[in-house]
Amino acid sequence: MAVLSRDSEVSRPDLTPSVRDRFQAWLPKLVLSPSFAVILVFVYGFIAFTGYLSFTDSRILPTFGLVGWENYSDLWSIRNWWRAITNLAIFGSLYIIICTCLGLGLAILLDQKIRGEGILRPIFLYPMALSFIVTGTAWKWFLDPGIGIEHIVQSWGWESFEFNWIKDRTMAIYTVVIAAVWQSSGFVMAMFLAGLRGIDNEIIKAAQIDGASNFRIYRKIIIPQLGPAFLSAFVVLAHLAIKSYDLVIALTDGGPGNATELPATFMYSYTFTRNQMGVGAASAVIMLIMIASIIVPYIYAEVRGGRHGR
Amino acid sequence: MLRKVLLGTVCAAVISLPAAAQDEVEVLHWWTSGGEAAALNVLRGDLEAGGVSWQDMPVAGGGGEQAMTVLRARVTAGNPPTAVQMLGFDILDWAELGVLADLNALAEEENWDAVVPEALQAFSRHEGVWIAAPVNVHSTNWVWANANIMRELSLEQPTDWDSLISTLQAIEDAGYVALAHGGQAWQDATIFDSVVMATGGPEFYQASMIDLDPDALGSETMLEVFNRMGQLRGFVDDNFSGRDWNLASAMVINGEAGMQVMGDWAKGEFLNAGQVPGEDFLCFRFPGTQGTVMFNSDQFVMFELGDEGQDAQVAMASAVMSPAFQSAFNVVKGSVPARTDVPNDDFDACGQQGMADLAAANEAGTLYGSFAHGHASPAAVKNAIYDVVTAHFNGEYDSETAVEELVFAVEGAQ
Amino acid sequence: MAVSTVDTAVRTGRLMRALIYALLIFFAVYYLLPLFVMLVNSVKPLDEIREGNMLALPREFTIQPWLTAWSSAQVGVQATGLAPYFINSILIVVPAVFISTVLGALNGYVLTKWQFRGANLIFGLMLMACFIPFQIVLIPMAQILGDLGIAGTRYGLILVHVVYGLGFTTLFFRNYYAAFPTELVKAAQIDGAGFFRIFRRILLPSSGPIVVVTVIWQFTNVWNDFLFGVSFADFSSMPMTVALNNLVSSSTGVREYNVHFAGAVLAALPTLVVYIVSGRYFVRGLMAGAVKG
Repeated sequence: MAVLSRDSEVSRPDLTPSVRDRFQAWLPKLVLSPSFAVILVFVYGFIAFTGYLSFTDSRILPTFGLVGWENYSDLWSIRNWWRAITNLAIFGSLYIIICTCLGLGLAILLDQKIRGEGILRPIFLYPMALSFIVTGTAWKWFLDPGIGIEHIVQSWGWESFEFNWIKDRTMAIYTVVIAAVWQSSGFVMAMFLAGLRGIDNEIIKAAQIDGASNFRIYRKIIIPQLGPAFLSAFVVLAHLAIKSYDLVIALTDGGPGNATELPATFMYSYTFTRNQMGVGAASAVIMLIMIASIIVPYIYAEVRGGRHGR
Repeated sequence: MLRKVLLGTVCAAVISLPAAAQDEVEVLHWWTSGGEAAALNVLRGDLEAGGVSWQDMPVAGGGGEQAMTVLRARVTAGNPPTAVQMLGFDILDWAELGVLADLNALAEEENWDAVVPEALQAFSRHEGVWIAAPVNVHSTNWVWANANIMRELSLEQPTDWDSLISTLQAIEDAGYVALAHGGQAWQDATIFDSVVMATGGPEFYQASMIDLDPDALGSETMLEVFNRMGQLRGFVDDNFSGRDWNLASAMVINGEAGMQVMGDWAKGEFLNAGQVPGEDFLCFRFPGTQGTVMFNSDQFVMFELGDEGQDAQVAMASAVMSPAFQSAFNVVKGSVPARTDVPNDDFDACGQQGMADLAAANEAGTLYGSFAHGHASPAAVKNAIYDVVTAHFNGEYDSETAVEELVFAVEGAQ
Repeated sequence: MAVSTVDTAVRTGRLMRALIYALLIFFAVYYLLPLFVMLVNSVKPLDEIREGNMLALPREFTIQPWLTAWSSAQVGVQATGLAPYFINSILIVVPAVFISTVLGALNGYVLTKWQFRGANLIFGLMLMACFIPFQIVLIPMAQILGDLGIAGTRYGLILVHVVYGLGFTTLFFRNYYAAFPTELVKAAQIDGAGFFRIFRRILLPSSGPIVVVTVIWQFTNVWNDFLFGVSFADFSSMPMTVALNNLVSSSTGVREYNVHFAGAVLAALPTLVVYIVSGRYFVRGLMAGAVKG
């Protein structure tokens, strides 16, 4: 009792031990419940609300006249939406693949007992700390043929050098990939680095003694053990790809034409600038379905795996 | 959860006290650049002299798109600003929702009906009720040309389509960029505005852009409009995509490019660069649109606030409409007053010309709302047309496809 | 023979090592370039920027753009610079990070050491908060903030950031505490220690690495937030990112790129400092299980 008296919530001297025990039993749930309640309302409630809006005739603000599946059929008849989906497929797959490869590669390189790791690591990581509102102008300059990389390389004497992707409607989406990789690959590297550092060295030593080549050791022993890191990286990158918004706005604002439209920019513009909130909500529902199809299996695995501690 | 709610309510009660005071206006706007902010500061000074303090709520970006998102959140939360800068059909859309204030008493007292052009009133009144105070009128069918290049090549000011094309060709042949342009949807649309008017004339503009008549949208004339857009595209440099309009103006100012098609706000860029109208640069109506004025007008839309804050709101509306402010503001901003009875003494030659044009077009009934700036059709339609115009301008559609897509897009957005 | 190999690093030849360094330095340059462009151009006079070599070092060094961005740039009607908004951001970020971290730690503790039926389901449901696209919550959130009477205030923004940070903070702490020996908790329970006491005396002291990860994560997310800031703040609570946006994306007039870059670096400074100072702990924290599946 005396020991417990420091914990104000549980130390009412007038409580009998049995009441206290019962309170102790309830306390964990009580602590968890506010968090769970706000998430129920602010995540699931809002998702339900969006789902409902997608069946209404909402334009400038939510209204509640039901129109059935009309917004969905409208949505799939809009050329821009198809373009947004196509772009997401291109952007998403390149972004995930390049970030994963680059992140893994850098992590392996950085794991070779590099002098100056303490300097290099924050350099690879810092882009994660900056939003595109901050770096957007710099990127735009960089990719602009008139003042950016093309201009600079040409002024170094390589006159025929061309890099005008951002102005080219078939290539512009790849500039978005370049900037997105810049931002996220360092974080992926950190995840892989953490994974690498967690691997048991004995097996590697044994393999070395057996005379296995470095390449073989990585391919056969180390990389297969990074499974969880790959999975986490995939989930983080996939949902970032679907949610990508800032960077498109900062780099191209969806242009040239509408060549770099993504689902998130589409959803924002229909909901907030085109006064077609119903269509915007329908596109949001599609986005949510895409996200859920990636996330739910992951969450399931996460919850399963965590059941017995580790 | 309950505790949070209670806490929130208590906090709110404490916090919202100052905001409920009678003598404050909170103004949501996107005039954040130096010249614009200086112009707005005139209003702030006027109000503060009258004991009304100004709470600034600037939200820049995308010609007000960001600000409109913020406005939705504010209105949904039941916490609208006193006044919001707004354009064209957006005003009417908000009026439909019944969240705007009624300014009729003030309008009657100050006789706004008589001094504001009818074409503007179409956006400042909803079902007979004054809901907004117009600040300025911009006109979009202007061409800005580098006078030195014109002189050097001994070119005349073009007056019709053919002479425009031959002039641009001559400029291009001399090694300049003929047409300075920034590849952003609204800039493409600004050119489209003028080309529709020049190609089809006022009646066609009315039918296609304002009445959204499918026959006009799908007509041979519209095909010609797109062909002409394609012609103009040929005079733009390769590096145009994403360029801001003021950088395009800079190309004309620096003598890199011959001309730019842009609204009269471009004048400020030329004047800031120390250029003299008539000497260093020329401004003339887009060839084929002489006599018509295509306008957009910034207005301060007043939101319904209940009893609190109404006095300050009325004071602000009155200050916006005072001839002295309209003159002072527009001299700084480069636009012309929304009232037709403001003395033109303080304006430069371009400004006086703009005021005369506006008055004349108002008399003659040739004052048309600009499609590109949301004064011809609601946001959904406007953006749907943007999509087609910009896709065509970027070479994704040929002219035939563009016409088909235009009809389809407008129908889909209505 | 492999005595010196303490971690996963393999033996490499001299040539190989040179190649590794070359690659690492090449990528370091790639990552640094945008920051370099911003820094270099923020100390040039505007004329020098117009001449057009964005990578050139300044010929004439000037600190003026920084002073302007901080204290006298035109952000709205008032020429206040970014300074007042910097303070607003701090006042939002600090409580939001603190509350969400504390709640995340408690949640993680409950979910791993006080398992009850359905705990895993609840955790799974809570994770969705990490993945929801923020654009869809704007309107209903505005409605709720209005109903609570905290629309347009700092408290509203803090609430929003706490809610959407909870998923991550709970995930981080849960995974970290899952690896913590449950026997210690059991033993303390038998000794009669209560819920909070066990947390404070046994788990908290060894939570250093994961607290660092969580704080870095939350700090950068909340500090960099623009969408919520612009939608739910009013004139008195506008955060730094919104002011920066007003500074750099104003629609007309002369663009003072040097001031824009100086402002951008100023806005990024706190997160940069946090990353540089604690980057080492970040990887350590990740190793400790924050992101592992």
